[in-house]
Amino acid sequence: MNSTANDDLPQHMRPERSFQGLILALQRYWADWGCVILQPYDMEVGAGTFHPATALRALGPKPWNAAYVQPSRRPKDGRYGENPNRLQHYYQLQVILKPSPDDLQELYLKSLDAIGIDLKIHDIRFVEDDWESPTLGAWGLGWECWCDGMEVSQFTYFQQVAGFECAPVSGELTYGLERLAMYVQGVENVFDLNFNGREGARKVTYGDVFLQAEQEYSRHNFEFADTDMLFAQFRMAEAACRKYLEAGWQPAPGASNRRRHLMALPAYDQCIKASHVFNLLDARGVISVTERQSYILRVRDLAKACGEAWLATEGGGEAHERDA
Amino acid sequence: MPDLLLELFSEEIPARMQARAAEDLRRLVTDRLIDAGLPYEGARAFVTPRRLALAVHGVPARQADRREEKKGPRVGAPESAIAGFLQAAGLKSISDAKVQADKRGDFYVAVIEKPGRPAIEVIGEILPDVIKGFPWPKSMRWGAQSKESGALTWVRPLHSIVATFGPETEETDIVPCSVDGIVAGNVTRGHRFLAPAPFTVRRFDDYVRKLDQAKVVLDAGRRRDIILTEAKHLAFAQGLELVEDEGLLAEVAGLVEWPVVLMGSFDAGFLQIPEEMIRAAIRNNQKCFVLRKSVPSPLVGEGREGGGEATRVPRRPDVTSRPPRPTPPHKGEGSRLVDKFILVSNLEAEDGGKAIIAGNERVIRARLSDAKFFYDTDLKTRLEDRLPKFKDIVFHEKLGSQWQRIERIERLAAELAPRIGADVARAKRAARLCKADLLTEAVGEFPELQGTMGKYYAQAQGEDEAVAHAIEDHYKPKGPDDLVPSDPVSVAVALADKLDMLVGFWAVGEKPTGSKDPYALRRAALGVIRMVLDNRLRLHLIPIFAAHRRVITRLDPAIRAAESHGHAEKMDHRVKPGDDEREIGDLLAFFADRLKVQLREQGARHDLVDAVFALAGQDDLFLIVRRVEALGKFLDTQDGKNLLAGYTRATSIIRIEEKRDDRDYAGGPAPKLYAQDEEKALAQAIGDAKAAAARAVAAEDFAAAMRAMARLRPFVDAFFDKVTVNVEDGALRENRLKLLNEIRAATRAVADFSRIEG
Repeated sequence: MNSTANDDLPQHMRPERSFQGLILALQRYWADWGCVILQPYDMEVGAGTFHPATALRALGPKPWNAAYVQPSRRPKDGRYGENPNRLQHYYQLQVILKPSPDDLQELYLKSLDAIGIDLKIHDIRFVEDDWESPTLGAWGLGWECWCDGMEVSQFTYFQQVAGFECAPVSGELTYGLERLAMYVQGVENVFDLNFNGREGARKVTYGDVFLQAEQEYSRHNFEFADTDMLFAQFRMAEAACRKYLEAGWQPAPGASNRRRHLMALPAYDQCIKASHVFNLLDARGVISVTERQSYILRVRDLAKACGEAWLATEGGGEAHERDA
Repeated sequence: MPDLLLELFSEEIPARMQARAAEDLRRLVTDRLIDAGLPYEGARAFVTPRRLALAVHGVPARQADRREEKKGPRVGAPESAIAGFLQAAGLKSISDAKVQADKRGDFYVAVIEKPGRPAIEVIGEILPDVIKGFPWPKSMRWGAQSKESGALTWVRPLHSIVATFGPETEETDIVPCSVDGIVAGNVTRGHRFLAPAPFTVRRFDDYVRKLDQAKVVLDAGRRRDIILTEAKHLAFAQGLELVEDEGLLAEVAGLVEWPVVLMGSFDAGFLQIPEEMIRAAIRNNQKCFVLRKSVPSPLVGEGREGGGEATRVPRRPDVTSRPPRPTPPHKGEGSRLVDKFILVSNLEAEDGGKAIIAGNERVIRARLSDAKFFYDTDLKTRLEDRLPKFKDIVFHEKLGSQWQRIERIERLAAELAPRIGADVARAKRAARLCKADLLTEAVGEFPELQGTMGKYYAQAQGEDEAVAHAIEDHYKPKGPDDLVPSDPVSVAVALADKLDMLVGFWAVGEKPTGSKDPYALRRAALGVIRMVLDNRLRLHLIPIFAAHRRVITRLDPAIRAAESHGHAEKMDHRVKPGDDEREIGDLLAFFADRLKVQLREQGARHDLVDAVFALAGQDDLFLIVRRVEALGKFLDTQDGKNLLAGYTRATSIIRIEEKRDDRDYAGGPAPKLYAQDEEKALAQAIGDAKAAAARAVAAEDFAAAMRAMARLRPFVDAFFDKVTVNVEDGALRENRLKLLNEIRAATRAVADFSRIEG
């Protein structure tokens, strides 16, 4: 890789040599642009989109620019650590910019340059990929971004989240970090990724960090996850979400016909809990095709109710509108 | 006359929407020009991933002036009428109106002159309308303005608009217009990476030229030609043949503004995977082309297979002027897939494409590794061992599980097999295994390989070849262009698969309506028809439908629960026989409609199809078509014209009398009431014709049956010449009408002639 942007970095920090260096380079790029750099959401999620910094902050009128790494769990994708490309736990770097800047494509391309992808020799393409999340009640239009035929990111203009129109629209970028790192490091197997950029005895690979976890969680997800407990957890999370949503509604101060919500975030946690439990049950193969749809709808109902609650909070623009 | 150039520059337009969008832009703008009184000489639309463009040639500089005369009240009309006229016509005083005379006296006329407006102004109003209302299949909002209701929507963010208007040789003007803050101008940009700098354009010819310099091939057809030509050239240089793929070619031409064709390779070890799977992995995910090699070709030589070597062909500006090259080796029995692929990039890379090839090779290696893993994993499980899982998979909530469906298909295939010359055991075996590959990893990844993978897995586990092929072929024909299975075992399973769908969905009331046909039942019925006709199968559909309907309603617990009201064990009594018969008739009518469409496409007259279907119990599709063909040929002969004329003469009178008397005249006439020789002669002739026709029909010689009927003509004519039907004597009249009705009845041995037009 011809890195020009990172010449000042020590070898072990360079994005083409180190997984963590790649993450840091992207975080630094987006921090320079003006994003708040957040840390991961402390719940199990299937994608960075589920972080409230995206799923909820995309709603409402307030500007919002954030970037963060999100560990993502997809129980069904586990392969006991035997597949060089598939993981049940991996990292996404998520960027959410509201409203979407007019030069978002340019910004994205410059971020690739920042991690050492030379745009003069690599073929970057925007290939149609409309995004829809049935559980979040969300959709958007955009692309998968290809680098020399490999999908390295997803690029989406959110149109609707939790059943509500996005006004204004956010632009969302999701970098598949392992894939991107494999590409820039020139590695064929994800477990061979150099994690810390060191060589010899001090080198730590992705496999050193995660191979055992992939094996253990695959066993758990496919064979041993306690389905009775999970079914109970689903019901409990669903009930708790509804309870917090109901308890959170209050009349807005000074406006008799308006309401505000005081517990949108805790309620959303439970919605996400239900969503992940559903994914685990699905991976265990204990949900039939017809039931599957009804579980998805149940989670979506929660997500929609959470979105509605969020819009009645300050972060969702309730105070913003009151002051206006 | 001036030309219009329009370019709508946006973020990447999905490839599948591009052609339609170009056509819509052309149509919408030119329709509005015509409506505005601005006829044009020609218009062409273009599209690339980032721009929609339109060139309209020969637009008048101005609309024509219009002069309108408005007739007003008579001279001397009341003041209020004059005032109303002045207001309506926009005149200040009545002295501005002309006075004209007609035969009743003088009246006022207002002459309103509407000068034509400059075309550029009118276009400035048209363009924003067209852009705002553009019919994208899916469009979106973006940016800060998206919080306003009524914000512009486009397929992806729209960045700039070029709109110039002016004569062919001089400077052009910018069309004054803007859409949601985007002001039309004369500045555009070239290729995203190769020539991103903005530049100005005046009109279409310099636009195309400058774009070409800025590494953008505007015309999708030209991009397609470049890709195809260069891909073939690269393949040929290595003694290979491109596996052409129109759909992929069109898609790839929509993904690049500056196509650069490159060749990469993969590990030859992957060639153990079935070819279809390699192709699916390379095509679907990577949008690359695969290559073949003729095995015994003298042109082919091994060697110099440098993987990762940049082998880009230098671009030539005019792809059509290349010298002809020798024909590449032919695809055929002796050709096989090779470890090479063609990719189309959008970049003239500084390293000649080395990195791009290496990157694509890496992804294809990963894809093929996945494919190989799926294939190897699948081979570890025998197809029949997968079947129990189908018990848990719902085929349709009212039609039970996939397991039940497979059992029904097996049963029906076994029923059909002996009638179409297929070995029953093989047909049953194939039916039992035909869906098993749906549970394999390979089909999970590449759904379009259903059936195909089943064939490979069946061969690998040592199934009979006919069984293996039936597993692949039972989905066929998938469309009007697909091949129709001909091996009897394949035909038995393919028929059973489709008939189970049709009878099943009919049994639970899920029939296609209008444009809604979610289970593709029309295609299934057409598939049955084509298999029957192409293989000259003789099947009576009604008893097959009836028997299978009974199988379905008995097997299916959902139907049982829904309809039994607690009498589950007596389920055969639940569905009223009348319902069954009506539904089966309805399904047959559905086949008739499909057959009509099919025959009409082949040029047959739809009324002849109706005339045959109107006969009772017509459920042998092959025979029906034979009848229709015979009828068509026969009606063109003198005999045919005679028969139709005699039939029409006899039946028109009965129809009138039946209507008047509000009864029918069916039932045999009484010979003792025949009063004239002509009656007896006609009765005798009808008897002879009937007998002859019956013999001919039994021998399936429809032409002979019709010739027999045609011999009635002179007897009908003689009857009408000499015999009065509507006589005072009621019994005599009735008998004569009944006699005429015998003609109608007799002709129904071959067709219902009342359905035949003219």
